Amino acid sequence: MSDSHPVDFKSYLQRCIFIFVGVLCAIGLMIYISYLPPHYSWAFKVALILCVASINAFLVAGFLMHLLSEKKLIYTLLVFTVFFFVGLMGLTLYAMQDFPMGTMMH
Amino acid sequence: MEIPYTVKPRPDTGIYNAKVGIWLFLASEVMLFGGLFSAYVLLRVGADEGYWPHGWLDVRLGTLNTVLLALSAITTLLAWVACKVGQFGRFKFFHACTIVLALTFLGVKMYEYHDKWIHYEIKLKDGRFADGHMIASDDTSVTIEGRYVTDEKALYDLRSQGPIPRDEIKISRSDILSMENYGPWHNTFLALYFTLTGLHALHILGGTLVIGYLWGPGSRMWKKDPERFTNRIEVSGLFWHFVDLVWIFLFPVLYLT
Amino acid sequence: MNSEIQQFPPSRHSTVSHEQEHGHSEDAHHQENAHHEPNFWQKYIFSSDHKIIGLQYGITSLAFMWLALMLMLLMRWQIAHPGKPVPIFGPVLASILGQPAAGGVISPDLYNSFGAMHGTMMIFLGIVPLAFAAFGNYVVPLMIGAPDMAFPRVNMASYQAYFLGSLVMFVSFFIPGGAAQAGWTSYSPLATSIPTHGQLFWIIGMVLLITSSLLGAVNFIATIIQLRAPGMTWMRLPFFVWAQFVTAFLLLLAFPPLEAASLMQLMDNVAHTSFFLPTGLAVGGNLAHISGGGSPLLWQHLFWFLGHPEVYVLILPAMGAVCEIIANNTRKPIWGYKSLVYSVLTIGFLSFIVWAHHMYMTGMGTKISTFFQATTMIISIPSVIILTCLFISLWGGSIRFNTPMLFALAFLPMFGIGGLTGLPLGFNLSDVHLHDTYYVIAHFHYVVAPGTIFGLFAGLYYWFPKITGRKMNEFWGRVHFVCSLIFMNIVFMPMFAQGMAGMLRRMSDGGANYSAAMNSRAGADVVGGLSDNMMSLHVWILWAAIALGIAQIPFIINLFWSIKHGEKVGDNPWQATTLEWQAPTPPPHGNFEHVPHVYRGPYEYSVPGHDTDFTPQNEPERPVGSKVSLATAH
Repeated sequence: MSDSHPVDFKSYLQRCIFIFVGVLCAIGLMIYISYLPPHYSWAFKVALILCVASINAFLVAGFLMHLLSEKKLIYTLLVFTVFFFVGLMGLTLYAMQDFPMGTMMH
Repeated sequence: MEIPYTVKPRPDTGIYNAKVGIWLFLASEVMLFGGLFSAYVLLRVGADEGYWPHGWLDVRLGTLNTVLLALSAITTLLAWVACKVGQFGRFKFFHACTIVLALTFLGVKMYEYHDKWIHYEIKLKDGRFADGHMIASDDTSVTIEGRYVTDEKALYDLRSQGPIPRDEIKISRSDILSMENYGPWHNTFLALYFTLTGLHALHILGGTLVIGYLWGPGSRMWKKDPERFTNRIEVSGLFWHFVDLVWIFLFPVLYLT
Repeated sequence: MNSEIQQFPPSRHSTVSHEQEHGHSEDAHHQENAHHEPNFWQKYIFSSDHKIIGLQYGITSLAFMWLALMLMLLMRWQIAHPGKPVPIFGPVLASILGQPAAGGVISPDLYNSFGAMHGTMMIFLGIVPLAFAAFGNYVVPLMIGAPDMAFPRVNMASYQAYFLGSLVMFVSFFIPGGAAQAGWTSYSPLATSIPTHGQLFWIIGMVLLITSSLLGAVNFIATIIQLRAPGMTWMRLPFFVWAQFVTAFLLLLAFPPLEAASLMQLMDNVAHTSFFLPTGLAVGGNLAHISGGGSPLLWQHLFWFLGHPEVYVLILPAMGAVCEIIANNTRKPIWGYKSLVYSVLTIGFLSFIVWAHHMYMTGMGTKISTFFQATTMIISIPSVIILTCLFISLWGGSIRFNTPMLFALAFLPMFGIGGLTGLPLGFNLSDVHLHDTYYVIAHFHYVVAPGTIFGLFAGLYYWFPKITGRKMNEFWGRVHFVCSLIFMNIVFMPMFAQGMAGMLRRMSDGGANYSAAMNSRAGADVVGGLSDNMMSLHVWILWAAIALGIAQIPFIINLFWSIKHGEKVGDNPWQATTLEWQAPTPPPHGNFEHVPHVYRGPYEYSVPGHDTDFTPQNEPERPVGSKVSLATAH
């Protein structure tokens, strides 16, 4: 938080417009990727779209939630949370894929 | 003894209590939606070939809602900044925008739910399928606006088919084997769609109630303790941004892929 | 530091002076203090004071633990004497529950309900609320020198959500079809297929309980981070606070996936989705009318993602309490304070990535099994470090064998047995044999019953004087201890043997039918048949369990009797160093009269050169010629 120096409403407004344009671009890009012709596989499209969504999320979290100027405590908390989330999703997915040979149904 | 650091940040952490609280809460929300997203990924990866729907949801409405939420995130931030610089009038304006945007979002969402609710897949006794939106039904027949298909798979990937015909079709009840609307029971995609967006909509509703309270009766605190009030706006704003963040991922995984 | 102190204006009145003024200047204080004139409802039911909330949690959870114990006794009767009416309680049950308990006999359906609810109640309505919410609420703010929790009203909401959840669970016994029957793990599709609304109640109850612990966890972490008294650095925190801190993180991050899973199971139940229902599911011989495409294993993953951290939620607060009591009663600093802290942090971290060792039998592949086996083995290391530190702390101490200490000491070997017998379950090869047998039951009950519950008993006897200003009766405390210790072991020790002999859990007749069928087919030594010896152990266990139940009666009477008639003691009857004992007894609203300032670590016992054998944390350093502190603080 920027308690030390005075806040200027105008500069915030400009920054917000900038971010909003960025978010709109990201949305547009995602839709564009989604409508790429069918010879791009869905897996490829999903991966690309999720990358763009992550950038979009970074804009929101970093600037709107002012995480970029946040304290170490909050970072630490979020790093652990993201780690456990990745563990939950990753290990579960891996466990579901890693069946003993010859037992998969299809 | 009074509880310290309710307004001023604690020197060694640099944060006031409520901000620690909201970030902890958001961390647990990450895990809550994380569990649901894990379920999404897992069920999608495990779905039978060709039976994962594409293009079932209206991208135009989804985009509209995404923009609405993004805009509301901006107004939320500006409302907080307005509080910080002591411009109460601006705060009132921006948060009024937030509330209107949020309610519009919910309205659009309701329309989309309704659209799925009246959308029926009808299995006919001759092996064909009729699929479309219910216009009228009585004891003897059902009228839908839609089309016939011979292979059920054709109902799944709508993206690769070009424009979908919407003819008025009248079907006699005696020809119908079974019919089911596009509710959460219809298939896994819709189950996920309704559960994820439903939970998200509940968050929107909760956030709107909180912001509405702070905008209306809660804003009396501005006169007594502007700093504490500004903190409340910040904390509720953080929650609102998180809800926007969830939608940023919900939109592509449900509407675009 | 001085500027920090000024931020806490010392409270103008202690409770006593407050009450004295009450008479003549009623109006003067009316606006200053919202808690000026609390009536009964404000003071005890809708209180936002952390101590009252702690007591609310404590009383409710003890009541549910007693109820869950009763369920267990009824189940043990059914296991030992299948199909025979339950003496004394049978007719009562038949009149309350009707058909499922017709003639006072516990039907298999009712047995399943009792089994599911025994587990659910003991864990979610009993031990978590008692260990985490009750002790944590009462003790943690006092220990860190805080006036209350960071968010008192959230704290109140947390208890109310818990109470509502427990009510929903309790009511589910009396609905048609009875309570949930799918075990405390509520595996799908079983949980969705049983035609009773009990499961619905279970899920709604769980969502409420999870919400409650979520609010509690946020509150605890924020309190410990933000409200530590001046000078209370992280490495000066008592170990109990560390344990609660890690526990709160486990609740915060491990519970939400189960909440997500509960919501999905709720949708499966109410909206007929198929999150956890596979294609081609048949119920009662007919193809279920569902869309299919779900994954039963998904439930198990999400459940155990909570389920394993949950084990540490159960055990860590007890470890913390035991650590405090051991330091206090050996009159010397705890050995390896830093190792304890780092161990508990490691446990917290690792407990998130061991969950699938509950799922070796689901057909997981070897690679992922090996991963989970490795993390499971690694997590046993910090647990052993903690236990070892506590054992070494006993070395050379002049130990006071009072009731809290006896329970704390018994905790060590009991938890040791429970923990070490878990290793064969963590190896996937041996787990194939032991999975879902009585061995598992014996293992986790050793961890939770003589482990955690003994730790909590120790805590109850230890902190009782702070709550009431009186000690609990020492003689009856010892009777309670000795009887509990003996009968706990008679109940659970034979189960290891039964499990290794192949007795499966969750059989309502204790395996009688199964054994009879197997033995008649090919003589007594056929695989799967259980010998008469093994079967006869059920009767032993039944009577030991009944005796264990009876052994709790002195405790209950002692608890209530001592509130009014116990031996009166001062603020610090155990000559302890931590801050909660430096507060007035019972602590008033706002806890301390002045902001405590902390100068030293939590366990400065028998510091050479000091005139008492304990140095409270808030005692200032002596100016010249004072001894350097020996404890681990820096």
